[in-house]
Amino acid sequence: MTAPQPQTKASRAEPALEVERLCLHAGGATLVDEASLELRPGEFAALLGPNGAGKTSLLRGVLGLVPTASGRVLLRGRPLRSFSPMERARELAYLPQSRPLAWPSPVRDVVSLGRYAWGCAPARPGVEDVRAVDSALAACDLLALAQRPTDSLSGGELARVHCARAFATRAPMLLADEPVASLDPRHSLRIMELIRGHVGDGAGALVVLHEVALAARFADRLIWMRGGRIVADGPPAETLTAERIAEIYQVRAEVAGARVEMQAPL
Amino acid sequence: MSTRGLLIPALLLASALAIFAALLLGSTPMAPGRVLAALLGAAEAAERTVVWQVRLPRALAAYIVGMALGASGAALQGLLRNPLADPGVLGVSASASLGATFTLYYGFIAFSPWLLPAAAVAGAMLATILIAAAAIRTASVVTLILVGVGLSSFAGAMMSLLMNLAPNPFSLSDMINWMLGSVANRSFPDIAFSVPFIAAGMAVLYAARRGLWALTLGEEAAAGVGLDLRRQRLLIVAGAGLATGGAVAMAGAIGFIGIVAPHIVRPLVRHDPGRALLPAALLAGLILVLADIGVRLLPTDNELKLGVVAAIIGAPAFVWIAMRRRSLGMERS
Repeated sequence: MTAPQPQTKASRAEPALEVERLCLHAGGATLVDEASLELRPGEFAALLGPNGAGKTSLLRGVLGLVPTASGRVLLRGRPLRSFSPMERARELAYLPQSRPLAWPSPVRDVVSLGRYAWGCAPARPGVEDVRAVDSALAACDLLALAQRPTDSLSGGELARVHCARAFATRAPMLLADEPVASLDPRHSLRIMELIRGHVGDGAGALVVLHEVALAARFADRLIWMRGGRIVADGPPAETLTAERIAEIYQVRAEVAGARVEMQAPL
Repeated sequence: MSTRGLLIPALLLASALAIFAALLLGSTPMAPGRVLAALLGAAEAAERTVVWQVRLPRALAAYIVGMALGASGAALQGLLRNPLADPGVLGVSASASLGATFTLYYGFIAFSPWLLPAAAVAGAMLATILIAAAAIRTASVVTLILVGVGLSSFAGAMMSLLMNLAPNPFSLSDMINWMLGSVANRSFPDIAFSVPFIAAGMAVLYAARRGLWALTLGEEAAAGVGLDLRRQRLLIVAGAGLATGGAVAMAGAIGFIGIVAPHIVRPLVRHDPGRALLPAALLAGLILVLADIGVRLLPTDNELKLGVVAAIIGAPAFVWIAMRRRSLGMERS
């Protein structure tokens, strides 16, 4: 937590998201323990840690989807509690880990759901809604699939649809939980590039990842979690070491710059 | 775009035609001209009575009950994200019947005629709350339907127990009326006592339609895009409870119609459960009016119950949808 601030162009901007000593309990267990972090516009932070480290819980706590035991979350300097669900959704786009689609809705309608917080009605989207959805579809290379039912898409295409949905909100912050889970390397890279592009357009992104190499390649900052605590937070060059991977994942690894080779469990 | 734009007008037109047909047909068929004259109060007294006192209230009762059940089904399907949800299958209708029969056969109805629909609504809402609470704990559709089967069986058993112990006389046919559903011999006052509940329920559901759209993404992502999940659940529980309770108070428990109508409508509204609400309600009303015409025209000694016809159409559809779902692997994780 005392790690130096990242040396990117983003560090000059005011933080859009501040998390202060957030604690989260469930059923007597501590899921998140005094987690603090800041996220600025134009900054790509990867949240890394083993299964059960509290990454998803931290995201859900930041969104206010679960009751927090203590600590606070500020959005643009305002306490999260003072935001209505719609107001919050306009600031924070969220891509959860499980993304079940209940109905075979057309791609365009699913992406339009990103405009829900702006009052978009499915039958009569506003001018601004149409513009945001069109550009999100274009950014994610989905224009040709816009009218396809989502149950006819491949996993990679579906992942792009969910990304486009999150982008269409045009929220200053994106929280994504394992957006590349179960994708092949090509689609993983594609999704990471899309998120990178979104950050390039000025958004901040906090992305849970399991692929350390992918995180080191795309993110400005790596936030390392273990046992509900944030144990390190800083640019890949400073925080990505073999010792850290041993500490976090209990895995022996060889690290050379942004290249990581996982070798054996410890 | 054009097919969707035409959907509501087409359903309204078909509904008007079906209700008009219900006025024409019956034990003494009447020519359209005479029905129109009777509607406008110009025909002879006997024909005015047949149209105004017998056929019109019956047809309207079938239509309104269908609308309530169609809207409730579409809304519950949106909330539970499952095409098999329906007030009948989930035990909501049976619980409403239990509430209604309790007030009726224990004489509480003497205090106020509003007690009957109010008790039906209370029964329906209790069941809907149970289902919604179970839905928070489990993602399994099978579990929810089993909870519904349990509720239905329990409500049926309680109903027969209550009726056996009831101080007021009753007949087996009363019970069959409540359990299978019928709109025979309904009068305008019967309708008037149920309509406020149904209208309120449908208005609540309609107000929650955008939230149903958001639930397409699943609860977690729906909350992420700004849906207030607690409020949404409350609205659907209250709306479906009011509408189903009102419908049951008027016609007893009519099943499956809440599955069939939304299922037909859904592909025409881009699978948005919110946009399916209104057309599903209109289509369900239309189907029940047509089914009731069938009930009246069938040359059986004892008139067939409307609920029986609804189940004959609806139950196979339920089974078909259930089997198709499994084979497509659409079961949600």
